[in-house]
Amino acid sequence: MKSGADATLAEECAQEVMATLWHKAHMFDPTRASVATWIFTIARNRKIDVLRKQKRPEPEDLTWGPEAEPGQEDVLTLQQESEQLRQALAGLPDAQRELIERAYFGDLSHSQIAAETGLPLGTIKSRIRLALERLRHAMK
Amino acid sequence: MTGNIKHHLTDEILMAYSAGTLPEAFSLMVASHISLCDQCRAVVESYDAIGGALLDEQISAPVAMNGNSLDATLALIAGGAPMPSVRTPQTKGILPQPLQDYVGGDLEAVRWRPVGMGVKQAILPTSDAASARLLFIPAGAAMPDHGHKGTELTMVLKGAFADGHDYFGPGDVEIATEDVEHTPVADIGEDCICLAVTDAPLKFNSLLPKIAQPFLRI
Repeated sequence: MKSGADATLAEECAQEVMATLWHKAHMFDPTRASVATWIFTIARNRKIDVLRKQKRPEPEDLTWGPEAEPGQEDVLTLQQESEQLRQALAGLPDAQRELIERAYFGDLSHSQIAAETGLPLGTIKSRIRLALERLRHAMK
Repeated sequence: MTGNIKHHLTDEILMAYSAGTLPEAFSLMVASHISLCDQCRAVVESYDAIGGALLDEQISAPVAMNGNSLDATLALIAGGAPMPSVRTPQTKGILPQPLQDYVGGDLEAVRWRPVGMGVKQAILPTSDAASARLLFIPAGAAMPDHGHKGTELTMVLKGAFADGHDYFGPGDVEIATEDVEHTPVADIGEDCICLAVTDAPLKFNSLLPKIAQPFLRI
């Protein structure tokens, strides 16, 4: 939420995100996403509503198979993968991690990042691509 | 349908959708495409996971909040109701759900406006940063020849078209950038319906569409 928002607005957003988390708690599926990922998506949607004053089109809900109860094994696998991903991110070279962070939290497109950092667009793109490749590799 | 899609969205666009930095019209394209394409949906979810992991790392340093923040949050919680877990189910149609949300129904609810030579369009209400519209191209007919100032994404919803290089069927996305001059031609088999989004007005190469452009808003 540090996307150019002033402190009061950020605070109000944080309160609304917490309330949304409470109201949507029954929809959280621990086999599909980590808690951090879930919070990220709700905070992101709130940011789009408030700062960009836009709707966020969401995809069709997936139709689920017969199994209704989340399997304990799946939950555990996802938790392990999330931890792996966190470590992989922490292990990225600074230049790569910084650009990924900007792409997510700077609220900027790749060309806007290029304008702000003075790095050529090609460099931005290849650093982000390298970072993603490393993450993919670490998740294998 | 998902197995037949050959032309996908780029990682850059999918990542920007996850980060929440796309203009509304492009988000509508992504939401519609990943409703049809499990492969791209999985990629978006992995970008969401990266967002979650980044957030997790940043939050390790706690931020102080106002003294009355807890009260305000509790008041919000008390004032709202749990949210329903699914949106009102609409009949499965030609248009994926995100598009139906904008149209207010399936194909029969689209308010088409003719743009000439049998081609029709319907502009969808999105923010100004980019525009989204549905296109109807009669079987075998061509879209007016045009290049681009920005990026244009076109996804087939029904029928098919060819652009001189490739063939696009339902769910396929054609990505055209500034340097691409293309003339999509609808497959002769049936009328073609597409979703097209662009971040800049199209520039037409012949005079008449050029004159008409400001009026038709394409």
